Amino acid sequence: MHMKTYKFITLLVVICISLLMVQCKDSDDNGNVIGMAACDDGLLNGDEEGIDCGGSACEPCLTTTLDFSGNYMQEDQMGRPGINTILGTTGMKDAFNVTIPSEMQAAFQANFQANLMLLNSGYTTNALGLDAATFTTMLSKDVLWVAETGNTTYFNGTEILTGRNLTDDVIDTSLLLIYGGPTGVDNPTLTTDFVAANDAVFLNTFPYVANPFTN
Amino acid sequence: MKKTKILAAIGGLGLIILSVFLIAADHIDAPSVAGTSSDIADFYAFQGADTNNLVFVVDVQGLIAPGQPTDQAIFDENVLLEINIDNNNDLVEDRVIQIIKRDSTMYFFGPVAPTQTNDPLLSVISSSNMSGSVKISTTTDLQTSTTNGMQFFAGPREDPFFFDFTQFNEILAGNATGFSNPGTDTFLETNVLSVVIEVPKSMLGSGVVGANPFAATTAVYNVWVEAKRKQ
Repeated sequence: MHMKTYKFITLLVVICISLLMVQCKDSDDNGNVIGMAACDDGLLNGDEEGIDCGGSACEPCLTTTLDFSGNYMQEDQMGRPGINTILGTTGMKDAFNVTIPSEMQAAFQANFQANLMLLNSGYTTNALGLDAATFTTMLSKDVLWVAETGNTTYFNGTEILTGRNLTDDVIDTSLLLIYGGPTGVDNPTLTTDFVAANDAVFLNTFPYVANPFTN
Repeated sequence: MKKTKILAAIGGLGLIILSVFLIAADHIDAPSVAGTSSDIADFYAFQGADTNNLVFVVDVQGLIAPGQPTDQAIFDENVLLEINIDNNNDLVEDRVIQIIKRDSTMYFFGPVAPTQTNDPLLSVISSSNMSGSVKISTTTDLQTSTTNGMQFFAGPREDPFFFDFTQFNEILAGNATGFSNPGTDTFLETNVLSVVIEVPKSMLGSGVVGANPFAATTAVYNVWVEAKRKQ
């Protein structure tokens, strides 16, 4: 008798616990918990891939499972626009791309100067007052100067080489300095390409670059 | 007379130059990288809408035709983009911002002092200095993110570069004496893959006066970008 009663009670307890669990599961299915999933609640809920990250609502997970190890070897380099393209020589362009800026002048200035004179055999100085050696010394160190404060522009009529805006006509600036002579008025058909602006309007806010063409 | 000499010189050079004068600004600038996932197309650095910030734009894999915006060119998980910031005009980077893709997300590290390696061309990722990440955008789904004052974007954009490159090649080839007015933008209606980062200047340290002789009293940073492939 005692044994039977004990078994009955055990069975009752098991059934009750089961019911409680079902009830608990039911309440989950009401959507309350999923609906309240937030990216800062410290829980793995909603469609999160990790606690408070991943899924459709939260920032991607910064998990340690991502592999960022290994050595990465330089293949391309750029500071100012068009330097390697315009002043580099066949056979030296790849080398330029895998040379660090502190070693560029020694390796490439003389070659750049020779190429400048080939582009404009009448070159004496340019509108910045730079002779061929000085100009190509500046350009051979292929870094972009960016002002810590104030306007940033390749050239805006007043400020010179304080950065590079999306709207800057860097080609006209480069053509002027290569072909325009000491006062910028020489070779007028070579000092502008008559394309003064981009074909899309830039954004005033981040990410600034215009939306892509879709067709 | 002077002009004739110039054009003669240009004409004589034409074929040589044409073969190397592929696409500016840095689009397809050299044989080894042309057309590869490590080919840097362009680089911009400018003051943000919030003047306390600087913005860097790195364009890669240029000249994506309209209608082929993302499936023709995707970021390469084996290519690290590295923005270098030199604070003291010794032409050696003092801080780097590292950018690399994993799955559908672009990850950003730094600005942080670069980890020294035995080769100045070699980098390792400062994985403990992750500053943020952003889901890579598509042509129709613009995704940006903000972390600690930094803003991040990666995805296809309209190519901001403009140049009558075709006419320039004609000039170099000796087929034209100058540019046409109006010119024709060779980059009209083309897309490019962009990475855009806005960074508080306070994270970049100070610039130095004297690097730019045309802005002698202005403190400047030297900045440049590199593309590096996993070995």
